[in-house]
Amino acid sequence: MQQLGKTSVIPFGPQHPVLPEPIHLDLVVEDERVVEALPSIGFIHRGLESLTDKRDFNQMCYVAERTCGICSFQHGMGYCEAVEHIFGVETPDRAKYLRTIWSELGRMHSHLLWLGLLADAFGYENLFYQCWRIREKVLDMQELTTGGRLIFSVNKVGGVIKDIDVEKQKAILKAMDEVEEELSVIRKTFFEDYSVESRLKGIGILTAEQINALGAVGPFARASGVKADMRLLGYDAYPELDFEPITSEDGDCYARCYVRMLEVFQSIKLIRQAIAQIPEGELSVPVKGNPNGEYFMRVEQPRGEAFYYVKANGKPNLQRMRIRTPTFANVPALCEMLKNTEIADVGLLVVSIDPCISCTER
Amino acid sequence: MANIKRSPWLLHYDGSSCNGCDIEVLACLTPVYDAERFGVMNTGDPMQADILLITGGINSQNEATVKQLYDQMPRPKVVVAVGVCACTGGVFKDCYNILGGADTVIPVDIYVPGCAARPQAIIDGIVQAVDLFQKRSDEHDALVKEKKRKAKEGAARG
Ligand code: SF4
Repeated sequence: MQQLGKTSVIPFGPQHPVLPEPIHLDLVVEDERVVEALPSIGFIHRGLESLTDKRDFNQMCYVAERTCGICSFQHGMGYCEAVEHIFGVETPDRAKYLRTIWSELGRMHSHLLWLGLLADAFGYENLFYQCWRIREKVLDMQELTTGGRLIFSVNKVGGVIKDIDVEKQKAILKAMDEVEEELSVIRKTFFEDYSVESRLKGIGILTAEQINALGAVGPFARASGVKADMRLLGYDAYPELDFEPITSEDGDCYARCYVRMLEVFQSIKLIRQAIAQIPEGELSVPVKGNPNGEYFMRVEQPRGEAFYYVKANGKPNLQRMRIRTPTFANVPALCEMLKNTEIADVGLLVVSIDPCISCTER
Repeated sequence: MANIKRSPWLLHYDGSSCNGCDIEVLACLTPVYDAERFGVMNTGDPMQADILLITGGINSQNEATVKQLYDQMPRPKVVVAVGVCACTGGVFKDCYNILGGADTVIPVDIYVPGCAARPQAIIDGIVQAVDLFQKRSDEHDALVKEKKRKAKEGAARG
Protein backbone atom coordinates (compact mmCIF):
# COMPACT_ATOMS: atom_id res chain seq x y z
CA MET A 1 0.00 0.00 0.00
CA GLN A 2 1.25 3.44 -0.79
CA GLN A 3 1.93 5.46 2.32
CA LEU A 4 0.37 8.82 1.75
CA GLY A 5 2.22 11.92 2.73
CA LYS A 6 5.60 10.34 2.33
CA THR A 7 6.17 10.95 -1.37
CA SER A 8 7.24 14.31 -2.59
CA VAL A 9 8.37 15.77 -5.88
CA ILE A 10 11.75 17.40 -6.14
CA PRO A 11 12.59 19.45 -9.21
CA PHE A 12 16.10 18.85 -10.58
CA GLY A 13 17.40 21.41 -13.06
CA PRO A 14 17.23 23.09 -15.51
CA GLN A 15 20.04 25.07 -13.94
CA HIS A 16 21.95 22.73 -11.67
CA PRO A 17 25.60 22.72 -10.55
CA VAL A 18 26.30 19.19 -11.79
CA LEU A 19 24.73 19.80 -15.20
CA PRO A 20 26.67 21.62 -17.87
CA GLU A 21 23.46 21.79 -19.87
CA PRO A 22 19.85 22.36 -18.90
CA ILE A 23 17.58 19.37 -18.53
CA HIS A 24 14.73 19.22 -16.12
CA LEU A 25 13.72 16.15 -14.14
CA ASP A 26 10.84 15.88 -11.72
CA LEU A 27 11.99 13.36 -9.14
CA VAL A 28 9.24 11.62 -7.24
CA VAL A 29 10.89 10.61 -3.98
CA GLU A 30 10.01 8.59 -0.93
CA ASP A 31 12.31 9.76 1.81
CA GLU A 32 15.68 9.66 0.11
CA ARG A 33 14.72 7.11 -2.52
CA VAL A 34 13.70 8.04 -6.05
CA VAL A 35 10.54 6.23 -7.15
CA GLU A 36 10.16 7.83 -10.51
CA ALA A 37 11.86 10.37 -12.71
CA LEU A 38 9.89 12.43 -15.22
CA PRO A 39 11.95 14.36 -17.73
CA SER A 40 10.86 17.53 -19.43
CA ILE A 41 12.95 18.96 -22.20
CA GLY A 42 12.88 21.82 -24.66
CA PHE A 43 15.18 24.35 -23.02
CA ILE A 44 17.59 24.26 -25.94
CA HIS A 45 15.18 23.54 -28.72
CA ARG A 46 16.07 25.72 -31.67
CA GLY A 47 14.30 23.99 -34.51
CA LEU A 48 17.31 23.75 -36.76
CA GLU A 49 15.75 21.03 -38.92
CA SER A 50 13.32 23.65 -40.17
CA LEU A 51 16.17 25.72 -41.56
CA THR A 52 16.02 23.53 -44.69
CA ASP A 53 13.42 26.02 -45.92
CA LYS A 54 15.87 28.87 -45.82
CA ARG A 55 19.26 27.28 -46.51
CA ASP A 56 20.26 25.14 -49.45
CA PHE A 57 21.72 21.68 -49.07
CA ASN A 58 25.33 22.91 -49.09
CA GLN A 59 24.71 25.48 -46.40
CA MET A 60 22.82 22.94 -44.30
CA CYS A 61 26.12 21.15 -43.78
CA TYR A 62 27.25 24.00 -41.52
CA VAL A 63 23.93 24.06 -39.71
CA ALA A 64 24.11 20.29 -39.15
CA GLU A 65 27.55 20.77 -37.63
CA ARG A 66 26.11 23.10 -35.08
CA THR A 67 23.64 20.55 -33.80
CA CYS A 68 26.20 19.88 -31.14
CA GLY A 69 29.51 21.51 -30.43
CA ILE A 70 31.13 18.37 -29.05
CA CYS A 71 30.54 15.88 -31.83
CA SER A 72 30.19 18.63 -34.43
CA PHE A 73 32.47 16.99 -36.97
CA GLN A 74 30.48 13.78 -37.02
CA HIS A 75 27.20 15.63 -37.36
CA GLY A 76 28.47 17.41 -40.44
CA MET A 77 29.93 14.17 -41.74
CA GLY A 78 26.76 12.15 -41.23
CA TYR A 79 24.72 14.75 -43.03
CA CYS A 80 27.16 15.05 -45.94
CA GLU A 81 27.39 11.30 -46.38
CA ALA A 82 23.61 11.04 -46.50
CA VAL A 83 23.49 13.64 -49.27
CA GLU A 84 26.42 11.99 -51.06
CA HIS A 85 24.48 8.74 -51.12
CA ILE A 86 21.52 10.48 -52.70
CA PHE A 87 23.83 11.86 -55.38
CA GLY A 88 25.35 8.43 -55.74
CA VAL A 89 28.90 9.76 -55.54
CA GLU A 90 31.75 7.92 -53.88
CA THR A 91 34.12 10.08 -51.83
CA PRO A 92 37.84 9.59 -52.56
CA ASP A 93 39.70 7.21 -50.27
CA ARG A 94 41.87 9.94 -48.83
CA ALA A 95 38.78 11.88 -47.74
CA LYS A 96 37.44 8.73 -46.07
CA TYR A 97 40.62 8.35 -44.06
CA LEU A 98 40.69 12.02 -43.14
CA ARG A 99 37.10 11.80 -41.95
CA THR A 100 38.00 8.77 -39.87
CA ILE A 101 40.93 10.57 -38.25
CA TRP A 102 38.85 13.61 -37.38
CA SER A 103 36.02 11.42 -36.10
CA GLU A 104 38.36 9.60 -33.75
CA LEU A 105 39.96 12.83 -32.56
CA GLY A 106 36.44 14.03 -31.81
CA ARG A 107 35.69 10.85 -29.91
CA MET A 108 38.82 11.24 -27.83
CA HIS A 109 38.09 14.79 -26.80
CA SER A 110 34.48 13.95 -26.08
CA HIS A 111 35.36 10.98 -23.89
CA LEU A 112 38.07 12.91 -22.06
CA LEU A 113 35.59 15.67 -21.43
CA TRP A 114 33.15 13.12 -20.07
CA LEU A 115 35.74 11.46 -17.83
CA GLY A 116 36.41 14.90 -16.39
CA LEU A 117 32.73 15.63 -15.83
CA LEU A 118 32.31 12.24 -14.18
CA ALA A 119 35.21 12.97 -11.84
CA ASP A 120 33.61 16.31 -11.04
CA ALA A 121 30.27 14.60 -10.38
CA PHE A 122 31.80 12.32 -7.77
CA GLY A 123 33.70 15.19 -6.29
CA TYR A 124 37.27 14.56 -7.46
CA GLU A 125 38.18 17.96 -8.75
CA ASN A 126 41.83 17.29 -9.36
CA LEU A 127 41.01 14.40 -11.66
CA PHE A 128 38.55 16.62 -13.52
CA TYR A 129 41.28 19.14 -14.21
CA GLN A 130 43.74 16.46 -15.26
CA CYS A 131 41.31 15.03 -17.83
CA TRP A 132 40.63 18.45 -19.26
CA ARG A 133 44.32 19.25 -19.37
CA ILE A 134 44.98 16.17 -21.48
CA ARG A 135 41.98 16.97 -23.64
CA GLU A 136 43.58 20.26 -24.64
CA LYS A 137 46.28 18.31 -26.51
CA VAL A 138 43.59 16.74 -28.67
CA LEU A 139 41.99 20.13 -29.24
CA ASP A 140 45.35 21.52 -30.29
CA MET A 141 45.56 18.85 -32.96
CA GLN A 142 42.07 19.67 -34.17
CA GLU A 143 43.03 23.33 -34.35
CA LEU A 144 46.27 22.54 -36.15
CA THR A 145 44.57 20.46 -38.82
CA THR A 146 41.31 22.34 -39.32
CA GLY A 147 41.69 25.82 -37.84
CA GLY A 148 38.85 25.38 -35.38
CA ARG A 149 38.96 23.99 -31.88
CA LEU A 150 35.45 22.59 -31.80
CA ILE A 151 33.58 23.57 -34.94
CA PHE A 152 35.74 22.60 -37.90
CA SER A 153 33.64 23.18 -41.01
CA VAL A 154 35.91 20.95 -43.09
CA ASN A 155 33.17 18.76 -44.53
CA LYS A 156 31.37 19.41 -47.74
CA VAL A 157 29.08 17.36 -49.88
CA GLY A 158 31.52 15.25 -51.88
CA GLY A 159 34.46 15.12 -49.50
CA VAL A 160 36.53 17.37 -47.27
CA ILE A 161 38.15 20.74 -47.88
CA LYS A 162 41.35 20.45 -45.89
CA ASP A 163 44.19 17.99 -45.96
CA ILE A 164 46.44 16.65 -43.22
CA ASP A 165 49.95 16.75 -44.68
CA VAL A 166 52.94 14.74 -43.48
CA GLU A 167 54.12 17.41 -41.04
CA LYS A 168 50.73 17.53 -39.39
CA GLN A 169 50.49 13.76 -39.34
CA LYS A 170 53.73 13.69 -37.39
CA ALA A 171 52.39 16.27 -34.97
CA ILE A 172 49.28 14.16 -34.43
CA LEU A 173 51.33 11.03 -33.81
CA LYS A 174 53.44 12.88 -31.27
CA ALA A 175 50.36 14.20 -29.50
CA MET A 176 48.90 10.68 -29.45
CA ASP A 177 52.02 9.38 -27.71
CA GLU A 178 51.77 12.10 -25.08
CA VAL A 179 48.07 11.55 -24.50
CA GLU A 180 48.59 7.81 -24.19
CA GLU A 181 51.35 8.23 -21.65
CA GLU A 182 49.53 10.78 -19.50
CA LEU A 183 46.22 9.00 -19.66
CA SER A 184 47.81 5.77 -18.51
CA VAL A 185 48.67 7.53 -15.25
CA ILE A 186 45.14 8.82 -14.71
CA ARG A 187 43.66 5.50 -15.67
CA LYS A 188 45.15 4.00 -12.51
CA THR A 189 43.26 6.53 -10.40
CA PHE A 190 39.99 5.76 -12.11
CA PHE A 191 40.34 2.01 -11.77
CA GLU A 192 42.41 1.45 -8.65
CA ASP A 193 41.34 4.16 -6.24
CA TYR A 194 38.95 2.67 -3.68
CA SER A 195 37.00 5.88 -3.11
CA VAL A 196 36.32 6.22 -6.82
CA GLU A 197 35.31 2.59 -6.90
CA SER A 198 32.90 3.04 -4.02
CA ARG A 199 31.12 5.82 -5.89
CA LEU A 200 30.85 3.91 -9.16
CA LYS A 201 30.65 0.15 -8.54
CA GLY A 202 27.18 -1.32 -8.45
CA ILE A 203 25.44 2.03 -9.04
CA GLY A 204 22.71 2.33 -11.65
CA ILE A 205 22.87 -1.21 -12.99
CA LEU A 206 21.05 -1.97 -16.24
CA THR A 207 21.02 -5.42 -17.81
CA ALA A 208 21.45 -6.15 -21.49
CA GLU A 209 17.74 -7.07 -21.71
CA GLN A 210 16.70 -3.72 -20.28
CA ILE A 211 19.05 -1.91 -22.65
CA ASN A 212 17.62 -3.76 -25.63
CA ALA A 213 14.04 -3.22 -24.54
CA LEU A 214 14.57 0.51 -23.99
CA GLY A 215 16.65 1.03 -27.08
CA ALA A 216 19.74 2.57 -25.52
CA VAL A 217 22.82 3.04 -27.71
CA GLY A 218 26.52 3.77 -27.62
CA PRO A 219 28.99 3.24 -24.78
CA PHE A 220 26.01 3.25 -22.42
CA ALA A 221 24.69 0.09 -24.12
CA ARG A 222 28.12 -1.43 -24.60
CA ALA A 223 28.76 -1.14 -20.85
CA SER A 224 25.87 -3.57 -20.36
CA GLY A 225 27.28 -6.08 -22.80
CA VAL A 226 25.31 -5.06 -25.89
CA LYS A 227 27.68 -5.16 -28.82
CA ALA A 228 26.19 -2.26 -30.74
CA ASP A 229 28.57 -0.02 -32.62
CA MET A 230 27.74 1.62 -35.93
CA ARG A 231 31.39 1.60 -36.94
CA LEU A 232 30.82 -2.09 -37.63
CA LEU A 233 28.57 -1.04 -40.52
CA GLY A 234 31.74 -0.10 -42.29
CA TYR A 235 31.42 3.49 -43.39
CA ASP A 236 34.52 5.58 -44.14
CA ALA A 237 37.82 3.82 -43.54
CA TYR A 238 36.61 1.58 -40.70
CA PRO A 239 36.41 -1.63 -42.77
CA GLU A 240 40.14 -1.33 -43.44
CA LEU A 241 41.10 -0.76 -39.80
CA ASP A 242 41.33 -3.29 -36.99
CA PHE A 243 38.26 -2.48 -35.07
CA GLU A 244 36.34 -4.44 -32.48
CA PRO A 245 33.81 -2.78 -30.14
CA ILE A 246 34.72 -2.59 -26.48
CA THR A 247 32.14 -4.00 -24.11
CA SER A 248 31.74 -4.79 -20.45
CA GLU A 249 29.27 -7.05 -18.69
CA ASP A 250 28.55 -5.20 -15.44
CA GLY A 251 26.23 -2.45 -16.65
CA ASP A 252 27.00 -0.09 -13.76
CA CYS A 253 28.63 3.35 -13.69
CA TYR A 254 32.03 1.74 -13.27
CA ALA A 255 31.55 -0.24 -16.49
CA ARG A 256 30.52 2.90 -18.36
CA CYS A 257 33.67 4.60 -17.21
CA TYR A 258 35.71 1.53 -18.15
CA VAL A 259 34.28 1.34 -21.67
CA ARG A 260 34.87 5.00 -22.42
CA MET A 261 38.36 4.98 -20.99
CA LEU A 262 39.34 2.02 -23.17
CA GLU A 263 37.72 3.66 -26.17
CA VAL A 264 40.10 6.59 -25.86
CA PHE A 265 43.01 4.18 -26.11
CA GLN A 266 41.28 2.45 -28.98
CA SER A 267 40.88 5.75 -30.81
CA ILE A 268 44.60 6.39 -30.41
CA LYS A 269 45.28 3.04 -32.07
CA LEU A 270 42.80 3.72 -34.87
CA ILE A 271 44.35 7.11 -35.57
CA ARG A 272 47.84 5.63 -35.71
CA GLN A 273 46.68 2.93 -38.06
CA ALA A 274 44.76 5.37 -40.27
CA ILE A 275 47.80 7.63 -40.55
CA ALA A 276 49.98 4.66 -41.46
CA GLN A 277 47.60 3.53 -44.20
CA ILE A 278 46.30 6.82 -45.60
CA PRO A 279 46.41 6.77 -49.41
CA GLU A 280 47.34 9.69 -51.64
CA GLY A 281 44.65 11.23 -53.77
CA GLU A 282 41.96 13.83 -54.20
CA LEU A 283 40.11 15.36 -51.27
CA SER A 284 36.71 15.56 -52.85
CA VAL A 285 34.69 14.76 -55.93
CA PRO A 286 32.61 17.43 -57.63
CA VAL A 287 28.83 17.13 -57.29
CA LYS A 288 26.57 18.78 -59.81
CA GLY A 289 22.92 19.70 -59.70
CA ASN A 290 20.53 19.18 -56.85
CA PRO A 291 19.84 16.02 -54.87
CA ASN A 292 16.76 13.98 -55.58
CA GLY A 293 15.75 11.05 -53.39
CA GLU A 294 16.02 10.03 -49.76
CA TYR A 295 18.54 8.30 -47.56
CA PHE A 296 19.19 7.13 -44.00
CA MET A 297 22.73 7.45 -42.76
CA ARG A 298 23.87 5.98 -39.47
CA VAL A 299 27.13 6.91 -37.78
CA GLU A 300 28.65 6.10 -34.42
CA GLN A 301 29.18 9.25 -32.44
CA PRO A 302 30.98 9.42 -29.10
CA ARG A 303 27.62 8.97 -27.39
CA GLY A 304 26.27 6.30 -29.70
CA GLU A 305 24.33 5.83 -32.86
CA ALA A 306 23.02 8.92 -34.60
CA PHE A 307 21.01 8.85 -37.73
CA TYR A 308 20.32 11.36 -40.45
CA TYR A 309 17.35 11.17 -42.69
CA VAL A 310 17.47 13.38 -45.75
CA LYS A 311 14.72 13.75 -48.30
CA ALA A 312 15.20 15.87 -51.41
CA ASN A 313 13.11 16.54 -54.48
CA GLY A 314 15.53 18.01 -56.99
CA LYS A 315 15.41 21.52 -55.56
CA PRO A 316 18.33 23.25 -53.80
CA ASN A 317 16.37 23.24 -50.55
CA LEU A 318 15.84 19.85 -48.97
CA GLN A 319 12.35 18.68 -48.29
CA ARG A 320 13.17 17.25 -44.92
CA MET A 321 16.16 16.65 -42.73
CA ARG A 322 15.76 14.66 -39.57
CA ILE A 323 18.44 13.98 -37.00
CA ARG A 324 18.02 11.42 -34.24
CA THR A 325 20.80 11.72 -31.72
CA PRO A 326 22.09 9.18 -29.22
CA THR A 327 21.04 10.96 -26.05
CA PHE A 328 17.46 11.02 -27.28
CA ALA A 329 17.57 7.23 -27.47
CA ASN A 330 19.16 7.00 -24.04
CA VAL A 331 16.67 9.04 -22.04
CA PRO A 332 14.12 6.21 -21.48
CA ALA A 333 16.88 3.99 -20.13
CA LEU A 334 18.07 6.84 -17.92
CA CYS A 335 14.61 7.20 -16.37
CA GLU A 336 14.48 3.46 -15.73
CA MET A 337 17.91 3.57 -14.16
CA LEU A 338 16.95 6.40 -11.81
CA LYS A 339 14.23 4.32 -10.20
CA ASN A 340 15.14 3.04 -6.76
CA THR A 341 18.30 5.06 -6.43
CA GLU A 342 19.36 7.51 -3.76
CA ILE A 343 18.85 11.20 -4.40
CA ALA A 344 22.55 11.80 -3.85
CA ASP A 345 23.37 9.59 -6.84
CA VAL A 346 21.02 11.28 -9.31
CA GLY A 347 23.59 13.79 -10.54
CA LEU A 348 26.17 11.07 -11.06
CA LEU A 349 23.70 8.81 -12.86
CA VAL A 350 22.57 11.56 -15.21
CA VAL A 351 26.18 12.29 -16.04
CA SER A 352 26.93 8.57 -16.51
CA ILE A 353 24.93 8.37 -19.75
CA ASP A 354 26.97 11.29 -21.10
CA PRO A 355 23.92 13.38 -21.90
CA CYS A 356 24.18 15.85 -24.72
CA ILE A 357 21.06 17.91 -24.44
CA SER A 358 21.68 20.29 -27.28
CA CYS A 359 21.84 17.37 -29.73
CA THR A 360 18.73 15.89 -28.26
CA GLU A 361 16.66 19.00 -28.62
CA ARG A 362 18.28 20.32 -31.79
CA MET B 1 42.78 45.43 -14.35
CA ALA B 2 45.81 46.82 -12.52
CA ASN B 3 44.38 46.59 -9.05
CA ILE B 4 41.65 44.04 -8.63
CA LYS B 5 40.00 44.66 -5.34
CA ARG B 6 37.16 42.19 -5.64
CA SER B 7 36.68 38.54 -6.49
CA PRO B 8 33.45 38.28 -8.41
CA TRP B 9 31.75 34.89 -8.75
CA LEU B 10 30.71 33.58 -12.13
CA LEU B 11 27.50 31.86 -13.05
CA HIS B 12 27.30 30.11 -16.37
CA TYR B 13 23.99 29.37 -18.04
CA ASP B 14 23.48 27.60 -21.32
CA GLY B 15 20.63 29.27 -23.19
CA SER B 16 20.11 27.34 -26.37
CA SER B 17 23.70 26.94 -27.42
CA CYS B 18 25.01 24.06 -29.48
CA ASN B 19 27.39 23.26 -26.62
CA GLY B 20 30.42 24.56 -28.45
CA CYS B 21 30.57 27.82 -26.56
CA ASP B 22 29.61 26.11 -23.32
CA ILE B 23 32.47 23.74 -23.48
CA GLU B 24 34.82 26.62 -24.24
CA VAL B 25 33.56 28.48 -21.19
CA LEU B 26 34.30 25.41 -19.09
CA ALA B 27 37.69 25.03 -20.78
CA CYS B 28 38.48 28.58 -19.69
CA LEU B 29 38.14 27.53 -16.07
CA THR B 30 40.48 24.56 -16.41
CA PRO B 31 44.28 24.64 -16.02
CA VAL B 32 45.41 25.58 -19.52
CA TYR B 33 43.47 28.84 -19.66
CA ASP B 34 42.68 29.22 -15.99
CA ALA B 35 40.41 32.24 -15.84
CA GLU B 36 40.47 31.94 -12.05
CA ARG B 37 43.80 33.72 -11.99
CA PHE B 38 41.84 36.93 -12.50
CA GLY B 39 40.20 36.41 -9.16
CA VAL B 40 36.91 34.99 -10.39
CA MET B 41 35.32 31.78 -9.21
CA ASN B 42 32.75 29.54 -10.80
CA THR B 43 29.56 28.94 -8.86
CA GLY B 44 26.33 27.12 -9.56
CA ASP B 45 24.20 29.35 -7.39
CA PRO B 46 22.70 32.50 -8.94
CA MET B 47 22.15 34.03 -5.50
CA GLN B 48 25.90 34.17 -4.99
CA ALA B 49 26.90 35.18 -8.49
CA ASP B 50 28.10 38.56 -9.70
CA ILE B 51 28.81 37.88 -13.35
CA LEU B 52 26.49 35.91 -15.62
CA LEU B 53 28.04 34.22 -18.63
CA ILE B 54 25.32 33.27 -21.04
CA THR B 55 25.77 31.16 -24.14
CA GLY B 56 23.22 30.49 -26.84
CA GLY B 57 20.13 32.38 -27.92
CA ILE B 58 16.82 32.80 -26.17
CA ASN B 59 13.90 30.53 -26.97
CA SER B 60 10.37 30.41 -25.67
CA GLN B 61 11.15 27.71 -23.15
CA ASN B 62 14.20 29.24 -21.49
CA GLU B 63 13.08 32.87 -21.62
CA ALA B 64 11.57 32.76 -18.14
CA THR B 65 14.51 30.81 -16.71
CA VAL B 66 17.04 33.35 -17.95
CA LYS B 67 15.02 36.25 -16.58
CA GLN B 68 14.65 34.50 -13.26
CA LEU B 69 18.37 33.76 -12.99
CA TYR B 70 19.16 37.39 -13.73
CA ASP B 71 16.71 38.62 -11.12
CA GLN B 72 18.06 36.24 -8.51
CA MET B 73 21.55 37.67 -8.79
CA PRO B 74 22.35 40.37 -6.24
CA ARG B 75 23.14 43.88 -7.45
CA PRO B 76 25.54 45.05 -8.86
CA LYS B 77 25.79 42.49 -11.67
CA VAL B 78 27.37 42.15 -15.08
CA VAL B 79 26.19 40.04 -18.02
CA VAL B 80 28.52 38.64 -20.68
CA ALA B 81 27.06 37.12 -23.85
CA VAL B 82 29.44 34.44 -25.16
CA GLY B 83 29.32 33.41 -28.83
CA VAL B 84 27.38 34.81 -31.75
CA CYS B 85 24.30 32.86 -30.70
CA ALA B 86 24.11 34.78 -27.45
CA CYS B 87 24.99 38.04 -29.20
CA THR B 88 22.42 37.94 -31.97
CA GLY B 89 20.96 34.48 -32.43
CA GLY B 90 23.77 33.49 -34.78
CA VAL B 91 23.29 30.59 -37.17
CA PHE B 92 19.96 29.81 -35.59
CA LYS B 93 18.59 33.31 -35.96
CA ASP B 94 16.04 32.22 -38.56
CA CYS B 95 14.83 29.18 -36.62
CA TYR B 96 11.21 29.35 -35.56
CA ASN B 97 12.00 28.85 -31.90
CA ILE B 98 14.74 31.45 -31.49
CA LEU B 99 13.68 34.87 -30.25
CA GLY B 100 17.13 36.39 -30.64
CA GLY B 101 20.26 37.04 -28.62
CA ALA B 102 20.43 37.21 -24.83
CA ASP B 103 19.72 40.93 -24.94
CA THR B 104 16.12 40.28 -25.96
CA VAL B 105 15.31 39.49 -22.31
CA ILE B 106 18.10 40.81 -20.12
CA PRO B 107 20.53 43.72 -20.43
CA VAL B 108 23.89 42.55 -21.78
CA ASP B 109 27.06 44.49 -20.99
CA ILE B 110 29.75 42.65 -22.88
CA TYR B 111 29.53 40.77 -26.18
CA VAL B 112 32.08 38.08 -26.99
CA PRO B 113 31.95 37.12 -30.68
CA GLY B 114 32.99 33.82 -32.24
CA CYS B 115 31.47 30.52 -33.25
CA ALA B 116 32.65 28.88 -31.12
CA ALA B 117 34.05 31.79 -29.11
CA ARG B 118 37.72 31.12 -28.50
CA PRO B 119 38.95 30.79 -24.91
CA GLN B 120 41.18 33.83 -25.37
CA ALA B 121 38.16 35.91 -26.38
CA ILE B 122 36.13 34.59 -23.46
CA ILE B 123 38.92 35.43 -21.03
CA ASP B 124 39.04 38.92 -22.50
CA GLY B 125 35.31 39.19 -21.88
CA ILE B 126 35.69 37.99 -18.31
CA VAL B 127 38.48 40.49 -17.62
CA GLN B 128 36.35 43.32 -18.96
CA ALA B 129 33.47 42.09 -16.83
CA VAL B 130 35.68 42.09 -13.72
CA ASP B 131 36.62 45.70 -14.45
CA LEU B 132 33.05 46.73 -15.00
CA PHE B 133 31.97 44.92 -11.87
CA GLN B 134 34.60 46.78 -9.90
CA LYS B 135 33.33 50.10 -11.23
CA ARG B 136 29.72 49.28 -10.50
CA SER B 137 30.54 48.08 -7.01
CA ASP B 138 32.39 51.30 -6.26
CA GLU B 139 29.40 53.31 -7.43
CA HIS B 140 27.12 51.11 -5.40
CA ASP B 141 29.28 51.55 -2.30
CA ALA B 142 29.34 55.30 -2.74
CA LEU B 143 25.55 55.33 -2.96
CA VAL B 144 25.20 53.27 0.21
CA LYS B 145 27.67 55.51 2.03
CA GLU B 146 25.80 58.59 0.94
CA LYS B 147 22.53 57.10 2.11
CA LYS B 148 23.99 56.24 5.50
CA ARG B 149 25.46 59.71 5.88
CA LYS B 150 22.10 61.30 5.10
CA ALA B 151 20.35 59.03 7.54
CA LYS B 152 22.88 59.96 10.23
CA GLU B 153 22.46 63.67 9.55
CA GLY B 154 18.73 63.26 9.68
CA ALA B 155 18.99 61.47 13.01
CA ALA B 156 21.30 64.17 14.44
CA ARG B 157 18.91 66.89 13.36
CA GLY B 158 16.07 64.73 14.50
S1 SF4 C 1 28.06 30.58 -31.35
FE1 SF4 C 1 28.46 28.74 -32.58
S2 SF4 C 1 29.56 27.40 -31.19
FE2 SF4 C 1 28.59 28.97 -29.94
S3 SF4 C 1 26.65 28.10 -29.31
FE3 SF4 C 1 26.27 29.25 -31.19
S4 SF4 C 1 26.48 27.76 -32.84
FE4 SF4 C 1 27.40 26.87 -31.03
